[in-house]
Amino acid sequence: MATETVTHHDTDHHDHHVDMTTADWDGGAPVFKASYGKLMMWYFLLSDAFTFAGFLIAYGALRFSMPSWPVPDFVFRLFPFAGTTVLPLIFVTFMTFVLLFSSYTMVRAVQEGHRENQRGVAVWMFLTILGGAGFLGCQAWEWATLIGKEHMTVTRNPFGTHTESGAYLDANGRVSDEVFTAGDSYLIHKVGGHGAGHGDDHGDAEHFTDAGDYKSAVVDDQNMIHRKFQITDGPNAGTISSEAYGPKAFGGLFFFITGFHGFHVLSGVIFLIIIFVNVMSGLYIKRKNGYEMVEKIGLYWHFVDLVWVFVFLVFYLL
Amino acid sequence: MAHDYEKSKSIALKTILLLAFITVVEVIIALAGKGYIISGFEAPWWLMGILMIALSLYKAIKIIFEFMHMSYEVPAFAKSVLLPVGLLVWAVIAFMQEGNSWKKRREFVDDKNKGIEQLKSEDPEQTGSLLKDLYDSDFH
Repeated sequence: MATETVTHHDTDHHDHHVDMTTADWDGGAPVFKASYGKLMMWYFLLSDAFTFAGFLIAYGALRFSMPSWPVPDFVFRLFPFAGTTVLPLIFVTFMTFVLLFSSYTMVRAVQEGHRENQRGVAVWMFLTILGGAGFLGCQAWEWATLIGKEHMTVTRNPFGTHTESGAYLDANGRVSDEVFTAGDSYLIHKVGGHGAGHGDDHGDAEHFTDAGDYKSAVVDDQNMIHRKFQITDGPNAGTISSEAYGPKAFGGLFFFITGFHGFHVLSGVIFLIIIFVNVMSGLYIKRKNGYEMVEKIGLYWHFVDLVWVFVFLVFYLL
Repeated sequence: MAHDYEKSKSIALKTILLLAFITVVEVIIALAGKGYIISGFEAPWWLMGILMIALSLYKAIKIIFEFMHMSYEVPAFAKSVLLPVGLLVWAVIAFMQEGNSWKKRREFVDDKNKGIEQLKSEDPEQTGSLLKDLYDSDFH
C-alpha cells in the first residue's frame, strides 16, 4: 500500500460488492470503463501469456536445433479402448473439443449472469466444470499411456527417427526384409513391455532378459531394446547400427508444458467450483453487479482454452 | 435487453461452431499433408505450417474478441493488453534463428569429430584439408 497518506480517500476500495462506480477506482471515473478486477484479470492473463510463450518458444528453439524430432502423428496415435489401432491425433482432437465445449458453456454462464439468472448461471457453470474435469481426465490418460506403456520420462525419449534407410536384423542376426526409409519413426520398447500399443514388436523372437548385446538388438541398462539394423544407403551403407533414443528434450518439454497447462486447467476447475458454490448460495444476487465474478473466472477459463490452441498447434499439429 | 441477450447467444453459438470447424480443418491438414488421408500425397511442410499457424491465430482472435468480449471493451483497454503481445513476434523470430544456429554448431562438431577419426586412420592429407574447410566455413 502507498506510504503517503491520502486523506480524501475515504471510500472503501476493498469492498467488492460495490458496483462499477467511482468507489472502485477512487479517481472519479473507472479506468477504461471497466472494473478493477476485470482489468487486473486481463493484465494477469497478459503476463501468463508471456510465460506460456516463453515455454513454447523454448520448445521451438530446441526443436529447430535438433537434426530430427519425434513426429506428433506417430507419438500421439493411440485412443482409449482402441488397442493398437492407429488413430493419429484423434484423441487430442477429442480433448480439444472437450475444452472448446467448456468454453462455450462458460460464455453461456456469463450471459445468464448478465441477466441475473441464478439458475442459468449454475447450470452452465456446472457443465463447464464437467468439461474441465473431462479434459483433465483425458490428459491423465495421455500421460499414463506415455509413461506407463511407452516408457517416456522427463529424461528419456524412446521416440526416435531413422536418419538413413535400412533393414532390421532378425533373431539370427541376418538382415530381414523389414525395411525402413530415412525419416521413419520408431518406438524403443522395454523388455517385457509387450502390448505397448505400437504394434512393431518384430525381431522380438530372441528372448531378452538382461541388458546386453544380442544378435538382433542391444538392451541397455534401463532394459530398453534398441533394435539393430543394417544401413542400406548413403556413405555408411553396409554398417550395422542400432536404434538411438530420440532427442532428450522432448520428454521434459512435453511433460512440463502440457503439465503447466494442465495445472492451469486444474486451478481453473477449483476456482469454478468455489464460484459455483457462491452462485448456489446466492452471494452474487446480493452484489447486483451482473455476476461479475463469473465473468472474471470466465476470462481465465477462456485464456486456458486460448493457450491450448497454441499448445495444440505446437505439440500436435506442426 | 432481451433482444441483446438473444443476439449474443447466437453469436456465441456461431463462434463455437466456427472454432470446432477450424479445429477439424487443422487436423485434416496435419494428417492429409503426411499422406494419412490420400495415400502417397504429401504437402510441403512450410505450406502446412503456414496454413495451420494462420488458422490457429484466427482461432485465438475469435476467442479473445468474442468469448473474452475484447471487441466490446474500450479501444484503449484492448490496446493496452494486445499491443505488448507484439513483442513476441520478435521473440519467435529471434529464437527460431538461434535454434537453427545451435543446429549448425552441432553439425560442425559432429563433422569435426568425424574428421579427427579419419585423421587417425588413413589419409591425413585429405582429412587435414577437410578440417580446414570446416573451420573456415563456420568460424570466419
